[in-house]
Amino acid sequence: MPHAISDMEADVPSSPPESTSQNHDVELPAAPEATAATTNKVALEDIFNDEVSDSDLLTSTADIPSSPPTAKDNHRGQDVASARSGQAESYSDPSVMLQYYTRLFPFRPLFLWLNASPSPSPRFANREFAFTLSNDAYLRYQSYPSHDLLRRDILRLNPSRFEIGPEYSTNPRDRKTLRKASTFRPLSKEMVFDIDLTDYDDIRTCCVKANICEKCWKFATMTIKVLDAALREDFGFEHILWVYSGRRGVHAWISDKEARELDDDKRKALVGYFEVLRGGVQGGKRVNVRRPLHPHIRRSMDILRPYFTQILVEQEPFLSQSGQDRLLQLLPDKDLNDALRKKWSSSPDRPSKKKWDDIDELAKTGVSKNLDTKALLEAKQDALLEYTYPRIDVEVGKKRIHLLKSPFVVHPGTGRVCVPITCGGDMKRADLFDPLTVPTVTELLREIDSFGQKNEEEQGTSQEDSNRHENSNQKKVLDWEKTRLKPYYELFNGYVNKLVKSQTTSLKRERDEDGHNGADAMEF
Amino acid sequence: MIRSGARPELKKKRVDHKKTQFAKATYKENDYPHRLSLYDIPPTAEISLEEFETWAIDRLRILAEIESCSFRNRSPQETVAHLEPLLKKHMPLSNNSAAAGGQVDQRLRDERKKDHYSHWILRLAFCRTEDLRRRFARVETMLFRMRFQQDEGREKKAFIDSLNLHWEVVAEDEKLELSEHLLASTPGLRRIDDESFFKVDWTRVPELVEHRGVYLRKGKAYVPMRDQTSMIMTEFTRNLEKALELSSRALPRMDEDDRLTPILDHLSKNFATPDAGFHDSESSLPGAPINAANVDNLSQHFPLCMKNLHTTLRKNNHLKHFGRLQYTLFLKGIGLSLEDCLVFWRQAFKNITDDTFNKEYRYNVRHVYGDVGGDANRRGRGYSPYSCQKILTEHPPGTGEAHGCPYRHFNIDNLTSMLQATGVYDRDVLKGVKEDVEKMRFHIACNRVFEWAHKTEIKKVKDENIWGPGELDTIVHPNTYFKRSYLLKNLNSIPKQDVKMEDT
Repeated sequence: MPHAISDMEADVPSSPPESTSQNHDVELPAAPEATAATTNKVALEDIFNDEVSDSDLLTSTADIPSSPPTAKDNHRGQDVASARSGQAESYSDPSVMLQYYTRLFPFRPLFLWLNASPSPSPRFANREFAFTLSNDAYLRYQSYPSHDLLRRDILRLNPSRFEIGPEYSTNPRDRKTLRKASTFRPLSKEMVFDIDLTDYDDIRTCCVKANICEKCWKFATMTIKVLDAALREDFGFEHILWVYSGRRGVHAWISDKEARELDDDKRKALVGYFEVLRGGVQGGKRVNVRRPLHPHIRRSMDILRPYFTQILVEQEPFLSQSGQDRLLQLLPDKDLNDALRKKWSSSPDRPSKKKWDDIDELAKTGVSKNLDTKALLEAKQDALLEYTYPRIDVEVGKKRIHLLKSPFVVHPGTGRVCVPITCGGDMKRADLFDPLTVPTVTELLREIDSFGQKNEEEQGTSQEDSNRHENSNQKKVLDWEKTRLKPYYELFNGYVNKLVKSQTTSLKRERDEDGHNGADAMEF
Repeated sequence: MIRSGARPELKKKRVDHKKTQFAKATYKENDYPHRLSLYDIPPTAEISLEEFETWAIDRLRILAEIESCSFRNRSPQETVAHLEPLLKKHMPLSNNSAAAGGQVDQRLRDERKKDHYSHWILRLAFCRTEDLRRRFARVETMLFRMRFQQDEGREKKAFIDSLNLHWEVVAEDEKLELSEHLLASTPGLRRIDDESFFKVDWTRVPELVEHRGVYLRKGKAYVPMRDQTSMIMTEFTRNLEKALELSSRALPRMDEDDRLTPILDHLSKNFATPDAGFHDSESSLPGAPINAANVDNLSQHFPLCMKNLHTTLRKNNHLKHFGRLQYTLFLKGIGLSLEDCLVFWRQAFKNITDDTFNKEYRYNVRHVYGDVGGDANRRGRGYSPYSCQKILTEHPPGTGEAHGCPYRHFNIDNLTSMLQATGVYDRDVLKGVKEDVEKMRFHIACNRVFEWAHKTEIKKVKDENIWGPGELDTIVHPNTYFKRSYLLKNLNSIPKQDVKMEDT
């Protein structure tokens, strides 16, 4: 998978040794904050063989031609240097974050996305932002009329991360001046889904808690596919953005007008539609779907079936005694279960795939006199769903007021950027996504620097991206274009543009229907 | 008689006085051709003050009964059976067929008038606060649903037709094209010809969507004719909620002559929550050693849900959010002080640092106690401990979560083994629990276990007449469970006066 990703990023200037050494990074679990300093040191030395020259580069940020020296830049450069001179960097290093917000964070696309239109509106202005500051204070109910002001405040506060809330009936900052508290209420928010791989802890055997690997990321990919298909085909939503949460989760943001305006009851219904697994492990059989299968379940099973085999091989969910017991608990026929148990007790290491096949084989031999084949088939279908069907954190989706981390924020624990995974129903992209190759904030800053250096070296010779500089050499290559953030940035931009366009055309259509001429509709 | 000034002010807008001054008052009497109504036209005729009050009280009685049924987790069938006689007595509402020749006669008209007026009076009484509005809309919807389901087929159809709901009927060829999907998503339907469908935006049938009881395509729900109930319910609730909101805004402007306001006030106060609320007096256990160090010891008196939380906490050294919430509230309810509670959680979370605890958990515990948070939270001293009703109906536990009610959220095998682990080994009790759980009577199961575990003590207090029957009422709150258990097990060590005092 990382291989595939680097294909995608072929035009991004990243030095070859770096991309190969990424595989090293894969082995490393996301380090908890407290120990980040020491673990990173080792990891980074692996990745960047010459750290000394690297930090030299950062100090000389101001000299890079692509970012013309200004007093501010100079100052910042020194900040970074002094912060880094002490010990190995940490992801929550305020100066690193400040650099990131200044040079890379896509404020304008974020504005366009939340506002769904280029002209300022309450959709953005009355929107709540909540910041987690570097001292872990939590600042809620912030709002900004435009992205410039948002940017300015973020540079001032330099939060370690921030979250996006709903659009309120009045400006969130004025909520205390209202005579009646009840007039302050959420109006609209993107419909969101939150998937967290810890919810799979009872069936994933490769990792636990906050750790992830390529194997268990499959659960996330499966979830994306199942939900995306249903949201499009069943509910008719189009503007669905899937975002990596930076560590072990996925967020879905649905920005269609209809989705934004759903009230809490409808959200609950929508989330309920996707709820197949109920109750905890204590509750016995967790999947109880009606027969005949609802078209949504049927389609989901078609999507999930090939993955199930992979899960059996990679996760070995039935290998352990408890895993095996769980499987038997799900099967209906007592005689068959006894036969299976007997067979498996003689070969304790039998792989899960074999065990799964054993069910049908033994059933065929007729160990059970009155085997209900239909019940067995249904139980097997239910088991398949239990081990593959999406597990959504339902509470997040149910309420408009719930806050969710913004895309492109840096995850404070891993340093990875919360990049979009895919949008527009492009499931190939979801397949190719590998969370472990997502760039971290420090890598990105370094890429900007090394890009400048490379450019200097290549000056005069033919440049790869000369067409971008066509008319004037002065035309800047934007900072994000120098980094591995580029494909994600472009993905997001494409998504936002499409959203804005559809909103404007629907607006235009509405106006046309009202008898007005749509000729003065906004253009981009 | 009430003068026009006392009538709901909504009416005024509808009447153009200049034009109607000499016209015949057409709005005066509603005709009530249907038994049911969405109550979208306010009453306009005059009624006496006495009627105003008694009609409202009659309806209120029914609504309170419906609410208490839902709090006791009664099934719809049980609720109907329970309410039937009461409805007959206080709020009869007959089908057209009950009258001679199916023509609406005076008797029916009177019944319907009472139904209509009492609904509108209670709207006035219950539109004042958000909480009252929500509860009123909820129980009114339940009442409406109950009546709707009992309505006779033909009349039901006539009623629905009168509503003008703009439902688009699915054309025959589209139906055939989608027949496979439609069959699969309509439970119980065998042949596609047996049913006709109509399509609406899915947001109009959230109930059906939530349970995947309907086929969805591109945002449209294909609703079978017989699922109209769900749609009409949604329609009913939506209308009512909107109307209540409007009335609440209009209320202050009502031209009121101090005759109705006292009645309305009185009515709304009488709609007190029958939910087993938790009172501070309930927690007072004089002399009981309730502190952080003693929780392990006290846990022998906990109901199963809290025992489960406690053992899970001890096993994992952690609890997830809703578990923490449920347990903290309970601990608050048994009288554990905030300081002790913080000490308890700090010690229980063995695997985290002080820093993490202070950052991530401390605030929540303080919030629950009303030590921090908004003004309302502080004034109300935090939230009240969850009742069984709340635990049973809200937030079913998911993976890795230990809150909820074991009787409801465990399967029977796990429940049995857990009961056995807590010392309940009596075969009859376990069998009884199983039956209760099958009938969804979870609190009865819990009470059964309680009675078994305290049978000698209960016998003693009964024989010696120390406790009245009121003290041995069915338990519907975990904190009542704890308190009663504690008192029973410490009958000798607690001075009798104290127990007596609680009797009064």
